[in-house]
Amino acid sequence: MPDSTYLDATELVLNMGPQHPSTHGVLRVILKLDGEKVIGTECVIGYLHRGVEKIGENRTYAQFAPYVDRMDYVAAVSNGLGYCLAVEKLLGVEVPPRAQAVRVILTELNRIASHLIWLGTHALDVGAITPLFYTMREREEILKIYEKYCGARLTTHAFRIGGLQYELYEGFEQEVRAFCDMFLPKVDEYEELLTGNRIWIARLKNVGVLTAEDCKAYGVTGPMLRASGVKWDLRKAQPYSGYEQYDFQIPTGVNGDSYDRYLVRMEEMRQSVRIIRQALDGLPGGAILGKVPKVIKPPVGEVYVSIEAPKGELGYYLVSDGSTQPYRVRVRPPSFVNLQALDKMCRGALVADVVVIIGTIDIVLGEVDR
Amino acid sequence: MRKFLRRLLLIDLIEGLWVTFRYQRPKHIYTEQYPAERPKVAERYRGAPRLNTNPETGETLCIACNLCALACPENLIVVSSERNEKTRRKELTNFTYDISRCMFCGLCEDACPVDALELTQDFELAGYTREGTVWDRQMLEEGPRPTRYPY
Repeated sequence: MPDSTYLDATELVLNMGPQHPSTHGVLRVILKLDGEKVIGTECVIGYLHRGVEKIGENRTYAQFAPYVDRMDYVAAVSNGLGYCLAVEKLLGVEVPPRAQAVRVILTELNRIASHLIWLGTHALDVGAITPLFYTMREREEILKIYEKYCGARLTTHAFRIGGLQYELYEGFEQEVRAFCDMFLPKVDEYEELLTGNRIWIARLKNVGVLTAEDCKAYGVTGPMLRASGVKWDLRKAQPYSGYEQYDFQIPTGVNGDSYDRYLVRMEEMRQSVRIIRQALDGLPGGAILGKVPKVIKPPVGEVYVSIEAPKGELGYYLVSDGSTQPYRVRVRPPSFVNLQALDKMCRGALVADVVVIIGTIDIVLGEVDR
Repeated sequence: MRKFLRRLLLIDLIEGLWVTFRYQRPKHIYTEQYPAERPKVAERYRGAPRLNTNPETGETLCIACNLCALACPENLIVVSSERNEKTRRKELTNFTYDISRCMFCGLCEDACPVDALELTQDFELAGYTREGTVWDRQMLEEGPRPTRYPY
């Protein structure tokens, strides 16, 4: 009898994606399996590559602004804010306080919308269909506010370099306040559906554990970093757009597993509502557009600006050669960097856990591939 | 003991199910029956473009300054004009707008100094072919024909 036959060859290579419904777009993961256990993964990305950075080199500064909305299309407003802040830093333009406050309100609403999409699809991946309907319903209210404010729901192009293009519409304040009042009980409702649910706990607890050291080594930011206990939030660490005026907490987790990330994001939505309320209370009057020249021609130089997007640190690196078009545009997308940790989290897990782990990273492939 | 009873009696699952049952009332229905029930889009909605004319004389408001074409990130606007020898002013001859490449960012509308070019509330622009996606001046001034869907 030979010691081993071909039947003992336990390793199996399996393609997951790019059409797999739980890869949130067109991510392809090559899994190396030992039975049901994952012993290695490899990500294949680029199916949604559009060359956004290259497009930026062929557009003027103002013309490139609508394109950044199309990277993380779930959080288009945050993308726009990051880009506008980068160009403003390059130009040395001061943004009026009213524009800053409105920007904070809209980006925090966007954070809620992004987390709602994450919650709905993550729960759907795990097997709970109901939360998706509820989160979409609440998100619709946010999208209605966007539509009334800037005329688009998804790819908003809400901000312009130097401030805002549109003044607030009549009834904006009441509508946002009504949304805040309506939304907080809904978060409790989602928690009622999921937090105590035994299936939810069994699927998420101790799945995809990432320690604080691992997070730092991989450059993981955002709710994933905070779930492993690191109190790092760019809104506090290097405040932009007037975040230093607002009082809010940074929710952190302990174990750094999927369940903690879920709790962190739920708490972040509540904190966002707090920030929105404070910003509405202290909404200053005045101009909405700073002193920006008609033709934007920044001086020669380079600049890096990062903001706390819903998914993590979103950075824009711009190099100007003194012309009307940027010499180089580089985007540091949070989803792309966070996706690096997938292999680390998947090793030793089951195939069903891979679905949970991809969901918990909260990736948007438009941003990963750019 | 209490925790054990909660688990045994499926309390955690029933709590979640109670939420879904609360939303069974017909007043919580949220679905919009789209073709029958049309959404009312916001006033600032960025939809199909329109070239405004003076309502009294029917003359175009466009002064053929070409700013919209310069502002457009996709270079999809072509403004043709010709100088009127008598008045020494530029007059619009044709205006084409490629709707298939437009991403409705609103930069052309912002650039227009006389509010001639405007993005309207019309949002039904889908078609089966690319034919007719390049709108000329007449189409832009009169607006697209309303589409009726049999249902």
